[in-house]
Amino acid sequence: MLVKALTAVITVAAGIGAAFVLYWILNWISEHIPGDWGRRIQPYLFILPALAAIVVYTVYPAVLTVINSFKDNFSRHWIGLANYRALFGSDAFRSTLFNTLLWILIVPAACIIMGLTVAVLADRLGPRGEKTTKTIIFLPMAVSLVGAATVWRFIYDAEPKGSTQIGLLNAIGSIFHKGPVAWLDTSTFRLNSLLLMVILLWAQVGFSMVLLSAAIKSVPTDTIEAARIDGASERQIFARVVVPQIRGTIVTIFITVTITVMKIFDVVYVTTGGAFNTDVLGNQFWTQISTYFNYGAASAIVVIFMIAVIPVMWYQVKHFQTEEAT
Amino acid sequence: MTSTATTEAAASPIPKTRRRRSATHFDANPAKAGWLVKSILIVLCLLWLIPLIGTFITSFRTVDAAANTGWWSVIVHPSTLSSLTLQNYKTALGGSTDMGAAFVNSLAITLPATFIPLLIASWAAYAFTFLQFRGRNFLFLFIVSMLVVPNYVAFIPILKLYKNLGINGTFPAAWLFHIGFGLSLAIYILRNYMSTLPKTVIESAKMDGASNYQTFYRLVLPMSVPAIAAFAIFQFLWVWNDLLVALVFIGPGANQPVTVALTQLKGQLGQGWELTTAGGFITLILPVVVFLVLQRYFVRGLTSGAVKG
Repeated sequence: MLVKALTAVITVAAGIGAAFVLYWILNWISEHIPGDWGRRIQPYLFILPALAAIVVYTVYPAVLTVINSFKDNFSRHWIGLANYRALFGSDAFRSTLFNTLLWILIVPAACIIMGLTVAVLADRLGPRGEKTTKTIIFLPMAVSLVGAATVWRFIYDAEPKGSTQIGLLNAIGSIFHKGPVAWLDTSTFRLNSLLLMVILLWAQVGFSMVLLSAAIKSVPTDTIEAARIDGASERQIFARVVVPQIRGTIVTIFITVTITVMKIFDVVYVTTGGAFNTDVLGNQFWTQISTYFNYGAASAIVVIFMIAVIPVMWYQVKHFQTEEAT
Repeated sequence: MTSTATTEAAASPIPKTRRRRSATHFDANPAKAGWLVKSILIVLCLLWLIPLIGTFITSFRTVDAAANTGWWSVIVHPSTLSSLTLQNYKTALGGSTDMGAAFVNSLAITLPATFIPLLIASWAAYAFTFLQFRGRNFLFLFIVSMLVVPNYVAFIPILKLYKNLGINGTFPAAWLFHIGFGLSLAIYILRNYMSTLPKTVIESAKMDGASNYQTFYRLVLPMSVPAIAAFAIFQFLWVWNDLLVALVFIGPGANQPVTVALTQLKGQLGQGWELTTAGGFITLILPVVVFLVLQRYFVRGLTSGAVKG
């Protein structure tokens, strides 16, 4: 154990040391190239290590993944669209897609509404109350989703009828003599998926609240004053003056949470493992590579991710360009 | 002060108490929280804390108590307080799923993954902010677009690459991956921050004959510490809390980090309530402390408009 801890420390020291040496060498090269050339290539040399790492870990795998999605389970033979046909032909996978879509439709919107509510309400407390409230709501951000799912078992647990309920929901139910409900096994109206979403909301609302709160506080006072002088009610001011001015923040949160939700894996893996109709794309990807060793199907799932992310990417670039222009 | 107060007032959708004070009044808060707002917030805070409190209490309970009664019985019947025990922590830290070792493993993955990208990203951000070169905008847009790429794209190809290199299951396999996926965010945050630094300071340094190398280490890097701290906290929480990357490249076994160990505790013991709770707390204690201590920097990192894929 001590060896491991020491190795970690040495790795950090060696890694950072190596990076210092690398940039010293790159700088040395640029200074020893004769004429104007050294100065010209210097910026490229400074960017090179970062760019190389991004290409190795993002661009190269992305290309390979697209290719693999048209090959068999061990990526040996071309099989055309067979992976996609098999996936979309299966009821289970269509249900997985539907679940993922539900997550994407519900969680980001709910996250913003709840975050906005808490931000607005907490703003009206005294400084100490506001800080405490925000810290409590924000705290789950630091907890891993594995931890969160573990923690939430105390809410959703169901014991057989007759024995004492140790899950909070069923314990409350038993006070009113309502039989224990196996919450996470019940897929009627996707109840279990919705309950799993609550776990993610618990973890993510703090994020949305903190950003929205900062945005609301930076809305220029004179715009609000002007509206107030014109006789607008507080409600109208909020809807017509404040919200339009924090639109940028709302969109940023929406994108971030949407991507988080699209990739959701931990919550489902730890609680139901995708059983009882709760499977999502992320968990299906893991099932394909760990249980079926089917790299072709897993790659096809990733390609679905990539296609879903393209509009977000496009928007991100546009958003950045408009921000740079101002 | 005054401006914040009025903004707060206007931001409230349901003005409870409509005391219209003049906006210039010192410390004016025209929409102070009434009892309704306060009770809504108290209920919300309680709802947010209940899962954590339940877990915390259960982690000190005996096997029988945890399996047969709800954790709230400790609060309802304070006489049972004496039966609380540290045994779960002892078992979780020393048992077959060694959470203590997993904790050290998590550090061995998280520390390099957090600190190594900082210098690499700072240099790139420096070039993007202060140097002129062809293709600068295009290359930066490329990095911005890489921000949202989900890390799923890399698992299978990198797994094969690591197999050829023979490093699957080792710590570098995981932290190198995290570095590869953390860099674009790091460059983005750092460049956004560096572009707010006063250009005149950097230009006068150049006038005095300082090279880029000197300007970077003497001026820009020290001035960028807040942004560096913001990214470091971000990356620390991200890597520490990650499950999928650890499962794919390290998996259960001697090198498993806390997140994988926690899923193992659950799997081995079925309804081992009391152990998973102790394990859960061992998992979340470090990020929560880091988070509470450095919260300010973390918020700054978030508000720099970063979106991570």
